[in-house]
Amino acid sequence: MDYDVIVVGGGHAGTEAAAASARLGARTALVTHRRDTIGAMSCNPAIGGLGKGHLVREIDALDGLMGRIADLAGIQFRLLNRRKGPAVRGPRSQADRKLYSRAMQAEIAATPGLTVIEGEADDIVVKEGRVEALVLADGSVVRTGAVVITTGTFLRGLIHIGERKIPAGRAGEKPALGLSATLDRFGFDLGRLKTGTPPRLDGRTIDWAGVDIQEADDDPVPFSDLTERITTPQVSCGITRTSREAHDLIRANLHRAPMYSGDISGTGPRYCPSIEDKVVRFADREAHQIFLEPEGLDDVTVYPNGISTSLPEDVQQGILQGIPGLERAVMLKPGYAIEYDYVDPRNLGPTLETKAISGLFLAGQINGTTGYEEAGAQGLVAGINAARRAGDCDGIVFDRAESYIGVLIDDLVTRGVSEPYRMFTSRSEYRLSLRIDNADERLTSRGISIGCVGERRAAHFRAREDSLAGARAMLAVHSLTPNEAARAGLTLNRDGVRRNAFQLLSYPDIDWARLVAIWPALSAVPGAIAARLETDATYAVYLDRQAADIAAHRRDEGIVLDADIDFGDLPGLSNELRAKLAAVRPRTLGQAARMEGMTPAAITLLAGHARRQRVGRDAAE
Amino acid sequence: MSEPVSGDETIFAPASGFGRAGICVIRVSGPQTRDLLEALAGGVPPARMMSLRVLRDPQENTALDQALVVFFPGPASFTGEDQAELHIHGGLAVRQAVLAALSEIPGCRPAEAGEFTRRAFLNGRMDLSEVEGLADLIDAETESQRRQALRQLDGGLGAQAERWREEAISCQAMLEGALDFADEGDIPDQLENEAQAKALNLSRALEEHLRDARRGERLREGFHVVLAGPPNAGKSTLLNALARRDVAIVSPIAGTTRDVIEVRCDLDGLPVTIIDTAGLREAGDVIEEEGMARARGRMAQADLVLWLDPADDPAPLPPDLGPHLHVITKIDRVEAPVTRGDIAIAALSGEGMDALLARLRDAAESLFGEGDALITRERHRAALNEACEALRRGCAQAETELFAEDMRLAARAIGRISGRVDVEDVLDQLFSSFCIGK
Repeated sequence: MDYDVIVVGGGHAGTEAAAASARLGARTALVTHRRDTIGAMSCNPAIGGLGKGHLVREIDALDGLMGRIADLAGIQFRLLNRRKGPAVRGPRSQADRKLYSRAMQAEIAATPGLTVIEGEADDIVVKEGRVEALVLADGSVVRTGAVVITTGTFLRGLIHIGERKIPAGRAGEKPALGLSATLDRFGFDLGRLKTGTPPRLDGRTIDWAGVDIQEADDDPVPFSDLTERITTPQVSCGITRTSREAHDLIRANLHRAPMYSGDISGTGPRYCPSIEDKVVRFADREAHQIFLEPEGLDDVTVYPNGISTSLPEDVQQGILQGIPGLERAVMLKPGYAIEYDYVDPRNLGPTLETKAISGLFLAGQINGTTGYEEAGAQGLVAGINAARRAGDCDGIVFDRAESYIGVLIDDLVTRGVSEPYRMFTSRSEYRLSLRIDNADERLTSRGISIGCVGERRAAHFRAREDSLAGARAMLAVHSLTPNEAARAGLTLNRDGVRRNAFQLLSYPDIDWARLVAIWPALSAVPGAIAARLETDATYAVYLDRQAADIAAHRRDEGIVLDADIDFGDLPGLSNELRAKLAAVRPRTLGQAARMEGMTPAAITLLAGHARRQRVGRDAAE
Repeated sequence: MSEPVSGDETIFAPASGFGRAGICVIRVSGPQTRDLLEALAGGVPPARMMSLRVLRDPQENTALDQALVVFFPGPASFTGEDQAELHIHGGLAVRQAVLAALSEIPGCRPAEAGEFTRRAFLNGRMDLSEVEGLADLIDAETESQRRQALRQLDGGLGAQAERWREEAISCQAMLEGALDFADEGDIPDQLENEAQAKALNLSRALEEHLRDARRGERLREGFHVVLAGPPNAGKSTLLNALARRDVAIVSPIAGTTRDVIEVRCDLDGLPVTIIDTAGLREAGDVIEEEGMARARGRMAQADLVLWLDPADDPAPLPPDLGPHLHVITKIDRVEAPVTRGDIAIAALSGEGMDALLARLRDAAESLFGEGDALITRERHRAALNEACEALRRGCAQAETELFAEDMRLAARAIGRISGRVDVEDVLDQLFSSFCIGK
């Protein structure tokens, strides 16, 4: 065997997959068209956001790359929802495109056990249901134990700019046609999705005085636990809005937009509509906000976030002229829409291995997701599991109650996608528990036992755990009565009940500083640890309730449905549900319950079946 | 089609209640139904047609009874499995003999409590609140109970709960919009206020149903009328008089002490339970003491207390009496017309009894009301109370993410009614308290 694991694609899923596989000690190769496109940001040059920022923190907790690279390349850090509660805050940063891909390429080059192969993957050799080798376009055959495909939008990618159609993976790169045929041959269910990107502008031709300015945070919060502070210079963004004239022009040219002329069949994301979509669907709005985001420190390119479009170039230019601040802006590249194939992720198990072929994993946009963070998270999981498959070890599954990574993958393999899937905090039932400030506590020790966490992070994690445990113990030890509290200037119920410092911290008007004033010894606790405990205390009541929810969830996840159930044979199910169950083949009762269109009666039916199987097995033993 | 999920075994049970009767119906459900008919009735009769057959003991080959036999092939049967009914003669000996013969057939066993319905549910033939409706339908003793049960069997509560659940989810969705798209500029600012208004409306709607004076549960349990008053005020005489008149006694149940007697009546279709209590007077012996304590307890829980006040030995109304009628009894014992009280009767002669019955009927009617109560069980009430609490708590939350969390909790609580969550727990409780044979 030449390699244990081969990763096809060098985007955000591919780099995480390859690096994770190598961290587990698997001999890993990353196959990409061109080494210098590794880590390219093909759309918006930004990392993080709401929900997405959580994913980056979790990737980081498992010692993945994205957080550290984004900390090096970030040029406008902002903590979103800063005024809302800690569970829904999301770190985000604009990234310098060049800094990001360079840092990523350096990281990949420096990863022991990871080889980059420049070439085009053309076919996969499967023997007796298991992956055996990858065939490159030049005819060479590379033998391997597992393959991870992370080809993003490259499968039968088709770019639309007005009436023009260009087969391409992303602007300027050719699509992957060979692998499309391979996946077809394997009988996967392919669907078609669409996404889009705005025109790129020459920042020197923007009238910055005519737009609002949004600054970076004064105290940038890094993505990675290992980053002490952000040293890359920070820039500001502009904010402007579309105008009535621009909208009129769009309406007048709708027939030339491929989405409306019928040229595009793929489904686009509802939460990231093109400007022509916005104008049609929200006809009463007179303007839509646009963020003018610099693509790099020494790059004049500006990304006008909010006007993704596939209208013809001349219309795009006309739209810009109707936008305050952009009247004389020069368009460097037109915006476009891209249609591409994706594989119905219900063809995958929770390790992202395909159900049909052992050793074949899919990760990233090919599974119907959108976004670098969603891709990176899947890459990490696929990389870990590909390495374990090559070594004949059990799969590693991440649970919904433990991480957004678990939510992401469970949603994909259980419910499939009907539009490009993006993470939101609302996708998690356990949002108050799955926070950016406790990602390490949720995942790092697991990562250490999986073997994907390096020594430096493990040491960092243990130190933080000790510090947290120490601070928790201090809070538990210090306590006072309502009378003592009154003397310290705190107003509590005069119920005679002694409260410890953690309980006091759960009061909305008592913060860490107040506690330090009472017990000066608490001043020794580092700021991040104190903030973390404040959050735990704020949510304490709800977290207890969630713990009960999580226990119920785990109970349902513990009810395993036999892999060989013939759903066609279960009476009482509608044909539609039968077909869905047969497609997803849920592993547990909990997973079945989360499937779309599931009814209580059907769940009970499955519960009864599982129970009967269990009783049957117990009797047989 | 293979056998249904709910049973390898074929179950049977008399479906028509115990005791001597003209006819006894035995139901059978499960995969061996056809074999069983072959063995016992000499063949499988045409589907859904009553056929006259001689039942024979397959072991002894002796005739057991002449019976009407019906075969219901699955999955279009009540349980979703193959099913049969044997309409045999109702004598105890006949029934025993047929049941014994059924037990001898391999793979057949007597049904457990609620097992037929359980199989129907597991085979997707009913949803959870429909199952409850069926349980109530079997237990229904009066016309209004029957209507309520039938409504629920038709899915009335389940459908309403599903609408409420969607409403709570839509509140949550608005808040999620404010949380998850805060950075994207185009989200209206007033979403939280809208969600708040919506959640308040929903909590009010739930409160309204919760403020139904427990009509649905009471209709299941009956309108409780307590006869109270000093000893020898004429309570037992009145009870007997009521029982002899237009009210049909459903079941006289001796109380657990010698002093409390309940009679369940059907008063123009309304279920009324009349409870005769121990006479209230100054403390006597220990047993009497206990009887009076129970009497006071019953009075406190009663929907209506009839305070009996003998015309010839006045007993003033006790203080703190809940809803009550002040009934002057034994008016045939005095000469002068009675001026106190709400109503005057002489139970023995029947004077004033029609008026009293009319007042009872009015009181029962006004309690059960014209409107249909949705909540018929404590389980529903608990779920809606929990939802209501979460909705109100959420509206008062300063933090959006906690508001949203409360909306999620509300939706979950409501979902419990139709069995959207915690299905296993609810099921175990439900089926264990079930009537055998259905």
